[in-house]
Amino acid sequence: MAPILQLVDIAKRYGGVRALERAQFSCTQGRIHALLGENGAGKSTLIKVMTGVVQPDEGRILFEGIERRFVHPKDAVSAGIAGIFQELSLMPSLSVADNICITDPPTRLGLVDRVTQRRVAEAALARAGAEDIHPMAPVESLTLSRRQMVEIAKALARKPKILILDEATSALTAADVLRVFALLKRLRDEGMAIVYISHRMSEIEELADDCSVFRNGSHVATFEAGARSRNELVEMMIGRDIEHAFPPKRVAPQTGYDKDAPALETRNLSWNGRLHNISMSVRPGEIVGLGGLDGQGQRELFLALFGVLRGVEGEILLDGKPVVVRDPKHAKSDALAIALVPEDRKSDGLMLPMSVRDNLCYASLSRLSRLGIVSKTKAGLAVAAAVKRLSIKAPDPTVSVGTLSGGNQQKVVIGKWLMNQPRVLLLSDPTRGIDVGTKQEIYLLVRNLAASGAAVMLYSTDYAELIGCCDRVAVFYDGRIVRWLEGSELTEHALVSSALNLAEETTT
Amino acid sequence: MTRSDWYYRLREHRATLSAAAIFVLLFALYIGKHQVGWTTPVLTTAANKGVLLAIVAMAQTLVVLTGGIDLSVGMVFVLANCVASHLVIGTPLQTAMGVVAVLLTGTLCGLVNGVIIVFGRLQPIITTLATGIVYYGLALGLRPVPGGNVQADLADALTEALPGGIPAMLAVLLAVVVLIWIPYRRSTLGRSALAIGSSEAATYMSGVSIGRTKIVTYTLAGLLASIGGLLLTFVTFSGEASSAIGSVYTLNSIAAVVIGGTVLSGGAGSAIGSIFGAFALRTIGDLLFVFDLEPLWQPLFQGIVLLTAVSFGAVRLLGVRNRLDLYR
Repeated sequence: MAPILQLVDIAKRYGGVRALERAQFSCTQGRIHALLGENGAGKSTLIKVMTGVVQPDEGRILFEGIERRFVHPKDAVSAGIAGIFQELSLMPSLSVADNICITDPPTRLGLVDRVTQRRVAEAALARAGAEDIHPMAPVESLTLSRRQMVEIAKALARKPKILILDEATSALTAADVLRVFALLKRLRDEGMAIVYISHRMSEIEELADDCSVFRNGSHVATFEAGARSRNELVEMMIGRDIEHAFPPKRVAPQTGYDKDAPALETRNLSWNGRLHNISMSVRPGEIVGLGGLDGQGQRELFLALFGVLRGVEGEILLDGKPVVVRDPKHAKSDALAIALVPEDRKSDGLMLPMSVRDNLCYASLSRLSRLGIVSKTKAGLAVAAAVKRLSIKAPDPTVSVGTLSGGNQQKVVIGKWLMNQPRVLLLSDPTRGIDVGTKQEIYLLVRNLAASGAAVMLYSTDYAELIGCCDRVAVFYDGRIVRWLEGSELTEHALVSSALNLAEETTT
Repeated sequence: MTRSDWYYRLREHRATLSAAAIFVLLFALYIGKHQVGWTTPVLTTAANKGVLLAIVAMAQTLVVLTGGIDLSVGMVFVLANCVASHLVIGTPLQTAMGVVAVLLTGTLCGLVNGVIIVFGRLQPIITTLATGIVYYGLALGLRPVPGGNVQADLADALTEALPGGIPAMLAVLLAVVVLIWIPYRRSTLGRSALAIGSSEAATYMSGVSIGRTKIVTYTLAGLLASIGGLLLTFVTFSGEASSAIGSVYTLNSIAAVVIGGTVLSGGAGSAIGSIFGAFALRTIGDLLFVFDLEPLWQPLFQGIVLLTAVSFGAVRLLGVRNRLDLYR
């Protein structure tokens, strides 16, 4: 079968930086084509070319055998190419139905026909397996996972011939991932061409018919799924071995392990019906994982510890002493030294238009200044040290953070807090949408921090990460800790079943 | 967790309804305290003043919904007033041609704003600040000194009450809402405008034409401002190139938009809310009059009442338990 879309010898440069060089890609109806590569390999640029967001400097695009130029996203949309992007492309204050129909709303006498629109939206939501979302709800009132489902419904409502998913499942809960997988398989069987990007190897193994690997802006290889082993794939992408993905865990000291005083302890922490009696402790040197489905209170726990929430009940103890965390400013002060790497790095972690240097300095300005004046020398040294320690790949510390790749942006967020020398580090899904290589660097960094005496809490939606990285995992369900997993108990099976709170049901 | 349609309908119109409630409250106080009270002349006077600001506030709303701001609305209003004081006079045909000319003037002003903002890629605030001065300059050229005249029969008809006691100005306002706002809001165009205000990048990625939407929006804002200017001429029977009037209308239009519940960053709100916001703002001024306040203290009180009215919108923030929500 002839490919529906072919990209031939595509080249794209940003300033002097080469994003794509003689890139080849094609996709066929009725197949799921996975696109693999590290961040910065050129996948995102390739997708932007396909969807008309950027124009290639060289090369040709053949759509249904005819050469086409997409100069605006509109052109690609009307040709039948729909993209679901890593960065949500939803209008938060508009309703779900408005969002789904924004590109081409049904009209009657020139006005938007709200009755038909609602029907279209309901049908699209049902098709995406998200019937429970109310079409009149404003998008901003939905959780991240539900928003992503709206995004998928929105793409489907355009009745595309080619569907492109760029890290579309990274924000989804386990239940939504299953729905989306079933949906994608059905769409493929109905003859749609699907391009799928994910950093989760298991997803690619489950879905893909074809795989293409990119590295450094060039096409490395295309082959049928299953033709290469996991290890071969990873080596093609980065040239490293997957076995070493996680650094070795903490070896418990032979003596006095259990007597180690916890650096952080919570007693019966409750908040607003979203957290119920959370009692847990983290010792210095330990990485404690927070598991469970998305949105079970893990994020709220972090916000409570960081002083963001009002009306938190229960006790927080630091080094055995009860504390009240008033606000983030108090949390980061020397007395508490708590750091929170938030889940949404773009909105809560960084000031995107500002420079790498400024972003790195924001949490520790008081350390870097005297009498309210920031010392350029001190700041410069500290920034240089952070860039080196985290190997942040930026042409210069003065470039704006927004221009860096996702992995490097995340390193800046982590680096910003490391400059404040935290004793307690809270990490909320720090590797979301980040490539394998950078993930490994982050794991190693976090482990080293713990080894140097920090108490670390890591919330992750990736089971492999919880198993590979954490010493103990608290599984959350509905704002409660339902199970602690440790050592040999810490398996994918145990994580999944306790996340769904299945253990409880089998005992009753 | 399935909520009814009504929950979402109420949620969508919450801000408009509370603006209406504020107005009703203030107006009831005004009427209650007024010597004559609920009579046609009192209502007509109130309507004549209120509708002028309401229409300029509608113009501002269109622009604010896209996330922009139009500092030239007051000056377009003044320019239209000056044009009308020259042209809206004579035989019915001449008068009609004059009205068309006034409205075209405003439309053109808005179009110029939109084209500069879209193609010149300048920020709305500075673009409209500059073009507003230009429009004021034109007005001054047309009317170096206050004067002129307007077709008296038409003016009388529009500024008095209809048979049945309803102020004619309210009918004009209703017509503007029905003919301009509702079609705009319910069309693809208005939908796109809200999308731009909500997230311009997401709108672009959705394949919506941003430039066209903005240009039409600014153009409509110009048209609305000129309707306001035309009506001003019917009230004053003359034209005056007053920069003070222009500035006051511009700033009050922004205040009315905020009281009306439209978010200044765009994406959510309604011109209906702004109409109530404008009425409420006007009533505040009248209240001071019926309460016999020393004229010297009026600006002070007006400011305090305005601040209080705007604060109503912030009340919900007291209930926020996740402080991050304060910054979103």
